[in-house]
Amino acid sequence: MKEKKKWYDYLWIVSLTYLILGFFNILFAWLGLLCFFIPLFIAIINGSKAYCNKYCGRGQLFSLVGGRFGLSRKKDIPKWMKSAYFRYGFLIFFFVMFFLMLWNTWLVFAGVKNLSTAVTLLWTFKLPWHWAYHGTLFSDGTAQFAFGFYSVMLTSTVLGFLTMVLFKPRSWCVYCPMGTMTQLICRAKNGAALQK
Amino acid sequence: MAKRKAVVSIQECVACGCCIKVCPRSAITILKGIHASIDRELCVGCGKCAKECPASIISLEVTER
Repeated sequence: MKEKKKWYDYLWIVSLTYLILGFFNILFAWLGLLCFFIPLFIAIINGSKAYCNKYCGRGQLFSLVGGRFGLSRKKDIPKWMKSAYFRYGFLIFFFVMFFLMLWNTWLVFAGVKNLSTAVTLLWTFKLPWHWAYHGTLFSDGTAQFAFGFYSVMLTSTVLGFLTMVLFKPRSWCVYCPMGTMTQLICRAKNGAALQK
Repeated sequence: MAKRKAVVSIQECVACGCCIKVCPRSAITILKGIHASIDRELCVGCGKCAKECPASIISLEVTER
């Protein structure tokens, strides 16, 4: 008995399109902010993880490729990877890297640094990405942010695909910083009522 | 006869909701964005959620009734 698919079951198409657009014009990377603010707003206002549970296109993409297409070993994730230490540690690391990226963007805005048309993969490898940059109407900083933000999105997608192949399709969900953060918000908001 | 029911390790649950999507009995909800909760009346112990759970924190346990 298969349940009828809802409109939000197709949001993986949006996630995939987002990744592809970044290859053509990096400024589309700005749209990725939606994946940051929508889950946060839902958690803060509604006190739920409806974003993870229903709307996350990335999660759907992983379950499609890892599940339906079978590109996953479907093994248990190692114990340390689901430990609170790792989840919160990864969240903090992600935050630090994110603020470094914002700092870099600021330096370009302020004219201290020149625009770097590269995408940094896994916080280390600088990939030339100049072919996706065709100028901007605004400050170079807006483009720098796009490169930085796309780096964050691509890095997390690559990590997600890696753990998808090695472990279960949606292993990324276990250590996804957004998921950890929204769960923390929900705990803070509703926690007392549920503790036992 | 002993029946099996899915049991969630609440402390380890990341509340991602993967289990909800595979449950043929719609027996699972995410309680206030904190952890999954299984309706024991509805659960038939099929084990689909346990298999799907990316953190592998759902187990099947034998219950009395």
